[in-house]
Amino acid sequence: MNTLEIKDLHVSIGDKEIVKGLSLIIKTGEVHAIMGPNGTGKSTLSKAIAGHPDYTITSGDVLIDGKSILEMEPDERARAGVFLAFQYPSEIPGVTIANFLRAAQQARLAEGEELDATAYYKRLYSKMDMLKIDRKFTSRSVNEGFSGGEKKRCEILQMAMLEPIFSLMDETDSGLDIDALRIVADGVNAQRGEKLGVLLITHYQRLLDYIVPDFVHVMWDGRIVKSGDKSLALELEARGYDWVKQELAAASA
Amino acid sequence: MTPLTEIEAVATDPVVENPSVGIDQTAGNFSYDVAYEFDAGSGLSEKTVEYISSVKKEAPWILEFRKKALKTFESMPLPTHWATKDLENIDFNKIRYYLSQGQKPKRTWEEVPDDIKKTFERLGIPEQERKFLAGVEAQFDSEAAYSNIKDIVAKQGVIFCNSTEALREHPEIFRKWFGKVIPTSDNKFSALNSAVFSGGSFIYVPPGVKVAQPLQAYFRINAENFGQFERTLIIVDEGAEVTYMEGCTAPKFSTATLHSAVVELVALKGAKIQYITVQNWASNVYNLVTKRGLAMEEAEIKWIDCNIGSRLTMKYPGVILKGRKARGEVISIALANDGQHQDTGAKMIHAADETTSTIVAKSISVGQGRSTYRGVVHIPKHLKGCKNNTECDALLINTNSRTDTYPAITVRGDQHAVQHEASVSKVSEEQIFYMQQRGLTEGQAMSLSVNGFINDLARQFPMEYSVELKRLIDLEMEGSVG
Repeated sequence: MNTLEIKDLHVSIGDKEIVKGLSLIIKTGEVHAIMGPNGTGKSTLSKAIAGHPDYTITSGDVLIDGKSILEMEPDERARAGVFLAFQYPSEIPGVTIANFLRAAQQARLAEGEELDATAYYKRLYSKMDMLKIDRKFTSRSVNEGFSGGEKKRCEILQMAMLEPIFSLMDETDSGLDIDALRIVADGVNAQRGEKLGVLLITHYQRLLDYIVPDFVHVMWDGRIVKSGDKSLALELEARGYDWVKQELAAASA
Repeated sequence: MTPLTEIEAVATDPVVENPSVGIDQTAGNFSYDVAYEFDAGSGLSEKTVEYISSVKKEAPWILEFRKKALKTFESMPLPTHWATKDLENIDFNKIRYYLSQGQKPKRTWEEVPDDIKKTFERLGIPEQERKFLAGVEAQFDSEAAYSNIKDIVAKQGVIFCNSTEALREHPEIFRKWFGKVIPTSDNKFSALNSAVFSGGSFIYVPPGVKVAQPLQAYFRINAENFGQFERTLIIVDEGAEVTYMEGCTAPKFSTATLHSAVVELVALKGAKIQYITVQNWASNVYNLVTKRGLAMEEAEIKWIDCNIGSRLTMKYPGVILKGRKARGEVISIALANDGQHQDTGAKMIHAADETTSTIVAKSISVGQGRSTYRGVVHIPKHLKGCKNNTECDALLINTNSRTDTYPAITVRGDQHAVQHEASVSKVSEEQIFYMQQRGLTEGQAMSLSVNGFINDLARQFPMEYSVELKRLIDLEMEGSVG
């Protein structure tokens, strides 16, 4: 079992502080959902953990199995098992999905070790079939001209191929219709197990019907202000985020 | 006392720095070979030209051609009113204009710089070829490969030999077009080449013959073929087809600082010529090349040009679309790194109805490298139904990288369709972060992004080149990050 610990994290963009002291422990085998209104720092959190250069961690720590990852470059963190499913995945013109994933897999091998091409393609096709991605997509440039749904499915494909230890999923459901949502959820659920810890960032309850979380946290003004199990998500849906704000206001009064 | 040769002169000169870049441009260490029979000396005069002609035992008309060219060369100024002033750094007096076999200087393997050895390793160049490319051996024994190909195509009536042999053995075929596609006075450097040319490939393909495998300059490697003033003339008769490849991705050692080749192509009615070049000259070389093809009725000429090396390359492959429905195409990839200026582009001159031309040029500027696109598209008033499509894209890697675009499009008359698209971009940080998040280092991400940028052009190269090209770009990009 592995642990991802976020310890009193403070993250800024330029001068503006977005995450204001967030603490959370995620163990492999667990699915944590973070919900909250726009602008509360959910995406910032995931990007900061992944090592995005625009975000500065002003204090606090992020540790995997007790070791801080903050000194590590984004690619080192990735090879250490951190995966970020982007809200807005980038296009990479002229680089096919097949070649991109192959390069990513090759990067994880030891110096001098060559990736077994046949085995790689076999795996790639089986995952694509599972995610109902047309095999012809392997020769398309990564995300170029993809619809929102196709981009999200491509993110899950990458996750399936790279087999991370911790997966941070940033608004994976945004822009998806019900069918696409189901496919994406099935893809995530297929990987769910003792070896994977998931942080699911979402606005809406709907995704959590398909990917049932073990823990639900509400984020407000850069912090986690309430935690519970999956029923918390249902309560939020029924009562809205204002309910949480009011509770907080009352508590500090 | 024998006058200082070019090599010794350079070796004892104080370190010459390119003022704009601050990089030492002197050639690497090397040793000189033993005594030999003929010595043309350095500097250029009528004597040099006469010497070259006599060593080659040329017919009088060729000597006359050379002498006239020399006069033209001397009378023309450097084109620095539009081209880079770096041309003024060429010292024509220090150059040796002809070196025979035994004269080629060389160096020991130990003297070969590490980064060159590393490039060979990364590109997977066969052991045997490394020594030749690095200037350790003067000759690469490719005679076997060459004679094999020559015999195969000779059966089809194809002539494939060097300029000297061709003009001596087959003047009735070659003299007709020699100097007609590119007249001596076209520019100062075509004039220079016309005076001192040597080596190169002369090819004739008879009517209807479609040569199955690409003919390569590599087959004919010897010291002269990678020479300074190559002259190539390819004549493809009606309905015939040929592909020719020259150059290689591996860095080529040269003590000569000026390479000025002339390539003339003639595609007769319905013929097809594809000419592929990959250039990676050492970083002290001025590579000033004139390349042009003449396409007759329904003929097709395609230039696929990749420029990675040299200090300065000036090259604008062109096609004169002389016959109805002729087609011309230029695919160009240029990479300019620190201390380099790639000044490349294309020329399409429409001279008949319903002719089409396509130019796709992609350039990458890394570090302080500078890349320039110059394109000429000319469609005069009296023609009908012509089309041109030009796309030129530039990619800037670092903040001090530079790119310029000078398209010169002249279209007169109606019923023509001309399209020009240009873009300049940087590799986006978001894209790099995305790739890093998948486990690729920043360097690997940059390489992948750059390779993606040129991918649709690189795919048009024969496979062995495109694989090497990708590795070469990876190598170039490694230095650019951080």
